[in-house]
Amino acid sequence: MEKRNHKAWLYLAPALVFLGLFLVYPLIDVFIFSLEEGYNFASQTSFGTGLYNFSYVLHDPYFLQALKNTFILVLITVPVSTGLALLISVGLASIKKLRNLFQTIYFLPYVTNTLAVGLVFMILFQKTPYSDGFVNLILGFFGVAPIDFIGGPYWAKMLVLCLYTIWVVMPFKVLVLTSALASVKQDYYNAAMVDGTPKWRVFTKITVPMISPTLFYLIITGFIGAFKAYSDAVALFGTNLNAAEMNTIVGYVYDMLYGASGGYPSYASAAAVILFAIVLTITCINLIVSRKHVHYS
Amino acid sequence: MNKKPNRLGHTAGKTVTYALLILWGLLVLFPFYWMVLTSLKSYSAYNGEYIPKLFTLSPTLENYATAFTAVPLLDYFVNTVIFTLVTTGLMLIVTVLAAFAFSRLQFPGKDLLFTVVLALMMIPSELVVITNYVTVTDWDLRNTFAGLILPSVTSVFYIYLLRENFSQIPDELYYAAKVDGTSDFKYLWKVMVPICRPTIVTITILKVIECWNSYVWPRLVADEADYFLVSVGIQELRENGFGRENIPGMMAAVVAICVPLIVLFLIFRKKIMAGVARGGTKG
Repeated sequence: MEKRNHKAWLYLAPALVFLGLFLVYPLIDVFIFSLEEGYNFASQTSFGTGLYNFSYVLHDPYFLQALKNTFILVLITVPVSTGLALLISVGLASIKKLRNLFQTIYFLPYVTNTLAVGLVFMILFQKTPYSDGFVNLILGFFGVAPIDFIGGPYWAKMLVLCLYTIWVVMPFKVLVLTSALASVKQDYYNAAMVDGTPKWRVFTKITVPMISPTLFYLIITGFIGAFKAYSDAVALFGTNLNAAEMNTIVGYVYDMLYGASGGYPSYASAAAVILFAIVLTITCINLIVSRKHVHYS
Repeated sequence: MNKKPNRLGHTAGKTVTYALLILWGLLVLFPFYWMVLTSLKSYSAYNGEYIPKLFTLSPTLENYATAFTAVPLLDYFVNTVIFTLVTTGLMLIVTVLAAFAFSRLQFPGKDLLFTVVLALMMIPSELVVITNYVTVTDWDLRNTFAGLILPSVTSVFYIYLLRENFSQIPDELYYAAKVDGTSDFKYLWKVMVPICRPTIVTITILKVIECWNSYVWPRLVADEADYFLVSVGIQELRENGFGRENIPGMMAAVVAICVPLIVLFLIFRKKIMAGVARGGTKG
């Protein structure tokens, strides 16, 4: 017995070393960092403990801009992508022909490099002196004057960011919803058919309640993912997101840590802790709401 | 009596459904079409089109030559392949061993430790990246493969997934092997790993996708072009390289970066989709 105990720890050792060094220790350290005032990277000293870092971050116009951008992004992309994914999955579930082909195509954005494909979105939307770009060409058919979506007005940049984010997150949602729909028992639909229940009623009274745990899971992961948005914005607007007014909370953390504006791990930590607090709060609210509305069989 | 209008409504419904599905399919595929198309247009042809053309009659491969010669794109590929292979390999070793201990071996505090490890799944990487950056800087590992790889190795979720799978293997097999005098390690290697091969393949592919596309950590840790991965490389190329003026060249690089994973996806389509449905997160 004794010998076996030792052996178990031997098998666990690599995982525990990695988790301890790169996950548990940093987790504790980030809270300490966020409370150390005037931390100096070079000498690794600080002059005191307190909430100054949080106060600095919360008064920094760049952070407030990032906060605003992130909230707009979350409030638009989560409902739109979840709704659209539901629509497409229900469509997919109702057909037999070409279903595999559609599923394969819809999944493609998941396996592509966010940074690389973002550049394609950039050139599709960009207006340069040489060309108005493809999207403006299409808008032109409807009599809309060319808009610079990449370097132009705030709402236009936000629109592209939302569209690209939705394009990126759809594969996961469609895939998960399609498998949830496939697992709803056919008996319920048969019973509804015998009763002559209208289709819309079948959808709201059978389909949605049956897949509500999955929908709810997607909404939570959607919120968490959208709050952590960053690479999508870099792909579209470049690494200097503050200049483009398109920074996100995560982007702010990295800018504080690294690059031309970097070297402030304390501010970065404070911003990361604030992000964590926001995500945790939203997740808790979601959990409370779900108690009332989600049907667990 | 009302069979006919019903069938008509049915057909109309089907048409609308297919129209919707095709429309979304086109929206998904169009960016891919556009990047391939643009990469095949010559530099002068592309810049001469004030109204972008939807096709090209004189495709050229010169942009691919530019992409691979004007910047060390090939080096970025090699770096990314090394990073992906080593990270995934280490992840597999660490995960298989830990999952084995959690599913098969007995030791005091096992349940408590497993609960703690599961709780770690909820920690966002943004929270730990700051200290990891400081750690790697302190250890002088910036601009090294060790600095890139080590913090990217562990994935708690994969330990959980594999442990669940290992636990489904009946105990009788283990006791039978014990009677035969098989060592734990041999049992793990000869019995458990082959039985759970599908799960192991799934987590391998998911990790490969994650590594190939990772951007944030590689950008923080490596600022010398010798250690750029493809994501960092393409961003650098766009901001400071020829990408600023040579859009077709940049698109050729984008196509080159996307192709390996798309090929992998088409080969392992079913496995990847099943794996992501079980445990992917991106959204």
